[in-house]
Amino acid sequence: MWRELKARMRQRYRTYDYPRLEPVLPVTFKGMPVIDPSPVANAAELVEQCPTGAISADPGQHLRLDTGKCLFCGACERACGGQGVRFSKEYRLAARARDDLMIREGESRLADALHREAARLFGRSLKLRQVSAGGCNACEADVNVLNTLTFDLGRFGIQFVASPRHADGLLVTGPVTHNMELALRKTYDAVPSPKIVIAVGACAVSGGLYADHNACGAGVGRLLPVDLHVPGCPPHPWTILDGLLRFLGRIP
Amino acid sequence: MKPSGFVPFVHGDAVPRRKVPILEIAEFRKALLDAIQGGQRLVSWSGHEAGDGSVELLAVLADDVNGTLAAAVTRVRDGYPSVTPECPQAHWFEREIAEQWAIKPEGHPWLKPIRFHAPYRAGASMPGGEGSPLPGVTDYFHMEGDEVHEVAVGPVHAGVIEPGHFRFQCHGETVFHLEIELGYQHRGLERHLRGGPDRKTVHYLETAAGDTTIGHATAYAHLVEQLASVRVPSRAQVLRGVALELERLANHTGDLGALAGDVGYLPTASYCGRIRGDWLNLTAVLCGNRFGRGLVRPGGLGVTVDAAAIAEVQKRLDALEKDLTSAVELLWSTNSVMARFEETGCVSRQDAEMIGLVGPAARASGIARDIRNDFPSGIYRYAHIPVGAWHSGDVFARAFIRWTECQRSIAFIREQLSMLGEGAVQVACGLLAPDTLAVSLVEGWRGEICHVALTDPAGRFAHYKVVDPSFHNWFGLALSLRNQAISDFPLCNKSFNLSYCGHDL
Repeated sequence: MWRELKARMRQRYRTYDYPRLEPVLPVTFKGMPVIDPSPVANAAELVEQCPTGAISADPGQHLRLDTGKCLFCGACERACGGQGVRFSKEYRLAARARDDLMIREGESRLADALHREAARLFGRSLKLRQVSAGGCNACEADVNVLNTLTFDLGRFGIQFVASPRHADGLLVTGPVTHNMELALRKTYDAVPSPKIVIAVGACAVSGGLYADHNACGAGVGRLLPVDLHVPGCPPHPWTILDGLLRFLGRIP
Repeated sequence: MKPSGFVPFVHGDAVPRRKVPILEIAEFRKALLDAIQGGQRLVSWSGHEAGDGSVELLAVLADDVNGTLAAAVTRVRDGYPSVTPECPQAHWFEREIAEQWAIKPEGHPWLKPIRFHAPYRAGASMPGGEGSPLPGVTDYFHMEGDEVHEVAVGPVHAGVIEPGHFRFQCHGETVFHLEIELGYQHRGLERHLRGGPDRKTVHYLETAAGDTTIGHATAYAHLVEQLASVRVPSRAQVLRGVALELERLANHTGDLGALAGDVGYLPTASYCGRIRGDWLNLTAVLCGNRFGRGLVRPGGLGVTVDAAAIAEVQKRLDALEKDLTSAVELLWSTNSVMARFEETGCVSRQDAEMIGLVGPAARASGIARDIRNDFPSGIYRYAHIPVGAWHSGDVFARAFIRWTECQRSIAFIREQLSMLGEGAVQVACGLLAPDTLAVSLVEGWRGEICHVALTDPAGRFAHYKVVDPSFHNWFGLALSLRNQAISDFPLCNKSFNLSYCGHDL
């Protein structure tokens, strides 16, 4: 008993006062990419460097970057010395529409809130069933970490539940392997309507590195209607939490 | 001359393919079985196309005592006499080969798919199956009798966890047998490594098992460096070692917390959940990513780590050590925890040896087996981490081993960072040696990670095989459940905490 109390004193109160305080991220953190407005001389080389085809250039050598495919590895940033594209420390990356993940010349759209009816239904209590469909356990781990004291997901009324029948929606990770397709569909069908689907990580959003391999598809969107996309490989827990709260209209 | 027909070599030395003997199947079998009988282990066994319609099977053996590896190949067309009845640790390898290449190991006691995909050989099918198999649809061990019942769980489980199917044969609460079917996470990773290295290769390996990013990336980097004959700068070697130990700390801490949670002991569960994240944040201080993405690259590191980052890691390390000690020590002094941990999910040393367990699970069953000690590479050649083993083979042993390893890892990181030299962290890797075999072993947090590659005449990967420690250990979890209450399954499962995607690839 005393040992437990002593440990409790040592461990203190550690829940981070988010969203009132901004999270502190390491200086080397790679967040929202920023595209230079001027054309890039070696655009073709940058496109060639990208492992997932996330970066592309129009005929005028203006770059575009699809954060839904991006691994945030920084290969393009290194190839151009940060002159055409660089990664900012902006951790807020989630978007409602898949098209909103395409970044051009310094613009980006953050996730806006659900329509009012859905916000009324889920805004104060959202129960999610997580399905890993070929995820590498990095996205899963950084979803799971939201349940720890630092993030304390429960204080926002969001909770992961054991059965899809108790859930308001699915949070899916992984590119959706052929071997998980049926299980994912069945899990979705078991969730009562109205329901939502959240795709977390490059694999779930677009297939990422594994898009259209002979053993997998190209993300959740091919199978189910996706209501929220959270880019990253894996997304930082703050990125996921920001997306969830923004989606529920809990932060402006 | 060695009694085996396998060619011995040293870990870290690539071997020209012409020096790897091509044995007749009878000779190959005998040499393999003799070596296993003599205490060696099978670390990798895989097939690739030989070109003439047959399949070349490449086996790599490890002699832990002498620190040497050995390799040989044999060519088979449709089948060969299985070695599993005499060498149980080969059972999963033979099932994998049968599934991938439609080659039947005659006399294999339990031949069925492990990943449920169509074979790589066109027109062929898994012995006993046809076409593309459906995941989980297969024969299972089955018992009959009064009060005997079957419990099926998964692929979608109750927690935030990867998918797999578990089938229990129970009598009342007691589990007689657990059978584990995986393959739901199969992404077809290895087939996409052929023809590499290319811009995607390192990312595939960083995501082979995402929680073991550093482990698999280090194994890959070490393999490429052998083939390119480059020497990694010492600062990079040290920081790779630091990152590997941080990965071990994060996962061991998470596991200790999860074990506490599974027996309803919430203080340690909640503290360790948080501290696990703190370790991940230390990795992020080094490279910007909590899992170490982008940190390890062939030739050294993918990032330059500045003095401020090192100082930050050193500062946080001291506080974290105190937090972790305070959280974990509660377990061993709490009777309700120890009552659940002790004598639950026992795997005997004999069984562990027989099925070839690796990592903390092996060490918890009394086998002092650790790549960092037996086949050291990089910084581990110079800085030795003592190998701990425990004898009881139960959940307590698997938990306690993790704690001792955490302590060793912290001491290692502290020592290495205190004497970290300046200098470059990256050298360029040129072309890879053509027609060469390379084997790379790394002690990841789950145990032995083995990467094997064969290059073609142009120095590209003709064959690349990844063996995650989970490949060896899943059967260990099945054994630990025998004669246990089914309610102890979550606890036993967590005490192994194996990778689904690392197995399924």
